[in-house]
Amino acid sequence: MPTLTSRAKQVDRRPMSLAEKLYLPAIFKGMAITMIHVFKKKATINYPEQKRPFSPVFRGLHILNRDEEGRERCTACGLCAVACPAEAITMEGAERQPGEEHLYREEKYAAKYEINMLRCIFCGLCEEACPKDAIYLSETFAPSNFNRASFIYGKEELRIPHPKEDPEGYKKALGNRAKK
Amino acid sequence: MWSFSKIANIIHEWLSQTFNVTWTTIIEMVIAGVAVISLFAVLGLVLVIMERKVSAWMQIRLGPNRVGPKGLLQSLADTLKLLVKEGMTPNGADKFLFNLAPFIAMMVAMLLLAPIAFAKDFQLWDLNIGVLYVSAISSISVISILMAGWASNNKYSLLGAMRSGAQIVSYELSAGLSVLAIVVLTGSLQLSEIVNSQANGWWIFKGHIPAIIAFITFIIAVTAETNRAPFDLAEAESELTAGFHTEYSGMKFALFFLAEYANVFIVCAIGATLFLGGWMPFHIGNWNGFNNIMDWIPSSVWFFGKTFFLIFLIMWFRWTFPRLRIDQLLNLEWKYLLPISMVNILLVTAMAILKWHF
Repeated sequence: MPTLTSRAKQVDRRPMSLAEKLYLPAIFKGMAITMIHVFKKKATINYPEQKRPFSPVFRGLHILNRDEEGRERCTACGLCAVACPAEAITMEGAERQPGEEHLYREEKYAAKYEINMLRCIFCGLCEEACPKDAIYLSETFAPSNFNRASFIYGKEELRIPHPKEDPEGYKKALGNRAKK
Repeated sequence: MWSFSKIANIIHEWLSQTFNVTWTTIIEMVIAGVAVISLFAVLGLVLVIMERKVSAWMQIRLGPNRVGPKGLLQSLADTLKLLVKEGMTPNGADKFLFNLAPFIAMMVAMLLLAPIAFAKDFQLWDLNIGVLYVSAISSISVISILMAGWASNNKYSLLGAMRSGAQIVSYELSAGLSVLAIVVLTGSLQLSEIVNSQANGWWIFKGHIPAIIAFITFIIAVTAETNRAPFDLAEAESELTAGFHTEYSGMKFALFFLAEYANVFIVCAIGATLFLGGWMPFHIGNWNGFNNIMDWIPSSVWFFGKTFFLIFLIMWFRWTFPRLRIDQLLNLEWKYLLPISMVNILLVTAMAILKWHF
């Protein structure tokens, strides 16, 4: 009979031999296995103290980027929202008023920018769609929470720390994935 | 070198100088009671954390490691949690029996502690029918389980209790017969005499193969008698939610839990006393230097070391083997263990009569 996969195996239906019927060899084998486990390197780690290394292509929480002077890069063009397959991104644009040049890089900016982290699939298409390098995915993953509403991240949660006021936080948030 | 018997003697002398005979006896009884209860509390804490650590290691995990140094206080925290929880009694339950059952389980475990020799000349009650007493009292534990299962008014509890009844009653036989092998070899039912008879070698070494067979039968039978995996059909989490203690919560549940671990300790202590020489140190023939070093280790350390080795063995079983089905369980007892131990006791008797043992 042709098999469906190359890994198919004939089931062994021979009657048990005497050694198998006694069960004792199998029992000792099983106990040896668990004894070996005691001395094995443990598969678990102490999570908050120890962390597993991430791959360089790991995609975590989003970050809204700023330029070197701390101005927001986002222009609310909406390309990320269009690219998003999970429809997790909502935004509202606004025009920059005179005197706000130190806040926003271009004439238009995102007054509201929300990502629903429960919808997001962390595919990174928003990052690829963005013409201004304004959004990228960092190396941290979404923390747990008690209610759904707090998983909708606004600008406050997404914005990178100011590079001049908080240079250390900025560097930490920038990580290895942002285009420099 | 300090020892338990010295401390006990000092206390006894001081009490008999200060009080008259009646008061001395009463105060000594109170001290013994408090000691037993505190031993139980400590045992519960130690054995639970030991079980959790052993299970973790055998499953290649780290186990509890947050509370206290290396997680050693985890079971203390669990006990505190259980203490403040509500002890619920279900509406349909038989209130009196439901509340009585955990105390009977606990009482049986405490009674069993009486004849055990913890160290040299350190025994609560050295009665001359020690082995008989132990096997008689330990069979009462099935009553508490049946009581709990019946009074809970829950079909899972009842199923668990019925299984446990069938199991304990049948495994009592081979446990008794394997214990009898050592009684035949020693010629005494008194536990202190059984220990003394092993001064020149433990029975598991002196008794040749029949003693080893008796030891293996004993370990299997007591694992079944204490309702531990792979024979934990009485609680079988995956089939009966929690078996006979499904309806129990809070401290009443904790008492069942504690009684289970206390029973494990006691059967292991009995096993260590009968087969591994109790508090007797390990001696090899005429190696006097080696024997002196072994004698230098306190007898209580020997006793607890052997007991905890057996406890580890039983935990090892638990985390290695899958649970048996009820028919397999009864097959194992009635078709294999019972005939084997019956033939074995004949062999042992022949050996004892012909003086083939050392």
